[in-house]
Amino acid sequence: MPQLPEGTVEGTQETGNLKPACLNPQNMSPPRENAGISLPERLPLRLYAQMVRIRQFEERVAELLESEEITCPTHLYIGQEAVAVGVCEALDDRDHVLGNHRSHGHFIAKGGGLDELMAELYCRETGCSKGRGGSMHLIDRDVGMLGTVPIVAATIPVAVGAALTAKMTGEDRVAVAFFGDSATEEGLFHESLNFAALYDLPVVFVCENNYFSSHLRLQRRRPVEDLSNIADGYAVPTKRLDGNDVLEVYGEASEAVRRARAGDGPTFLECVTHRWRGHVGPSDDLDVGLRSQDELDYWQARCPINRLENDLRTHPDVEEEALDSIRADVTTAVEDSVEFARNSPHPDPDSVTDDVFVEPL
Amino acid sequence: MTRTLDYASAINDALHTVLREDEKAFILGQGVDNPWYVGTTAEGLVDTFGRDRVIDPPISENGMNGFAIGAAITGHRPIVIHPRLDFLLYGLDQLINQAANWSYMFRGQSSVPMVLWGIVNRGGEQGAQHSQAIQAFFNHVPGLKVVAPASPYDAKGLLISAVRDPDPVVYVDDRWLYDLEGEVPEEPYEIPLGEASITREGSDLSIVATSYMNVEARAAADELETEGFETEIVNVRSLTPLDEQTLANSVSKTGRAIVADGGWRRNGVASELSTRITELVFDDLVHPVQRITVPDTPAPSSGPEEGAFYPDADDIRRTALDLLDG
Repeated sequence: MPQLPEGTVEGTQETGNLKPACLNPQNMSPPRENAGISLPERLPLRLYAQMVRIRQFEERVAELLESEEITCPTHLYIGQEAVAVGVCEALDDRDHVLGNHRSHGHFIAKGGGLDELMAELYCRETGCSKGRGGSMHLIDRDVGMLGTVPIVAATIPVAVGAALTAKMTGEDRVAVAFFGDSATEEGLFHESLNFAALYDLPVVFVCENNYFSSHLRLQRRRPVEDLSNIADGYAVPTKRLDGNDVLEVYGEASEAVRRARAGDGPTFLECVTHRWRGHVGPSDDLDVGLRSQDELDYWQARCPINRLENDLRTHPDVEEEALDSIRADVTTAVEDSVEFARNSPHPDPDSVTDDVFVEPL
Repeated sequence: MTRTLDYASAINDALHTVLREDEKAFILGQGVDNPWYVGTTAEGLVDTFGRDRVIDPPISENGMNGFAIGAAITGHRPIVIHPRLDFLLYGLDQLINQAANWSYMFRGQSSVPMVLWGIVNRGGEQGAQHSQAIQAFFNHVPGLKVVAPASPYDAKGLLISAVRDPDPVVYVDDRWLYDLEGEVPEEPYEIPLGEASITREGSDLSIVATSYMNVEARAAADELETEGFETEIVNVRSLTPLDEQTLANSVSKTGRAIVADGGWRRNGVASELSTRITELVFDDLVHPVQRITVPDTPAPSSGPEEGAFYPDADDIRRTALDLLDG
């Protein structure tokens, strides 16, 4: 793994040594070299395709945000694809996931449709939340995406509740909570881990540590930069992962899911990663000094898709054409979703008071 | 078949009923497995249904509400018990940001059938943080239904209805009702949400009362009767949905209304009911609607101050005489 040059990650507006501990190479899992990967049937291509779908979709959304064709507040997932895909590929449709404001990737990785997602960003009636939710409130119960909401940490206990009912009924389904590093500062995170561990609930806590909370870096929010011990107090096993290595994420997520299904309780997966765009919208936030070009370059050099692609291109069982074909298909699908959204109707204003309750009062 | 039960036992009866009839109903009750638990409401539940379905959780009010939402959206019927509404304040995020908004923001594709049972567990020198009657907070929020029983019959019927309801229902309970006795059917029954009850008929004055204030209203009505006035008492029972028809019929008939609610005065439930009455039957009112509430202060601890703080039958009676005089 390339050494990070000293000082590279200091924000341009900040002083002192602000290099996050998570970037210290000694704290990262060993890099995955090309050799020695065993490829389960078709899985790596599926992983690749899903990450490409997310990446191309999000980059198209970024363009549409820049041109203001999409106007709802949107938090892009570019750069973090390996976490959503690695985890969701370890799940079935019967398993449940819940997310947050940065959940386009989770929605797509769990099996949600590009058309329904794009239409929701346009707040059209054909969107996954029928135009009511926008980017921050996504749902697709058919594929087990139970909901995403932007209140930080809010869906973590909801995932625990879904795991509670799995245990009550003896089903071996699993619930996954996706959240960022700042969610671990909320009381709800601790309440949820405590309860899940106490009752050995089948839940996987997936923390996408991109060490940013909007504008504020991890070192300015916690006395202990390292999140890998945070679950120890609840006796919840922790794995600290290279969140940009989809095969590593998939492997550890599979093990966490296996544990959960076997009744062995929750796991905390800390996935170290980075978002390429800013907190909200298409900007990369370089212009406001929240990070440096060098820092962005460092992470883009560790692009999760490029890394898998490099592995796949050198593998004897994978054909170059397969990868090209995947990318081309995704490009078409993304453009189709934009056309679908553009041509979809807006919700009827007369329906503004509908669905407050299951039946109107 | 009915029998005489005290209010607490009526709630206990309802809990046994709902857990028995629906295997997906369960309790997340803070303190439910506690020998000092409030009244007899939790009696026999752990023994009958086990700790898997009658869960005494860690002190995590917001977490509890969130676990319940997760359970509700995966097909179960959680009953969350907060032994004091004051503690429930920790959990307003999950209750309002999540549970109340859930159906709307996903356009009806997912709903949250949970009951949040909170107790106004006041008096007895417990002071400001053990005495708050905050039903107005819940009643303000679209997406929450709010009920407030005032009798043993109400207690069982409304709890059964609340558990069977497909939406989040806040069941506002009051410790001062627990010794009331009344006739309660043995079999399960529902009191539909949105149905008030006239517990006393009269043509001179309407007292529209919520929860425990029905007790004070009855005492005031008895006094007023000796002074020659016939008082009608409307037990609101369901704050949202509200039985506007019964309210309107009563005040239209009497022309005079006192709204009695145990919460604070400013922006309280009494304010809302007063406005609704005025909107519905303004032409029939001979006097502005009067409110009986606690004053806009936190709850005191000492006995004498509690006496000054909590409104009683005498306060209602004096206000009534002003109305009847004017």
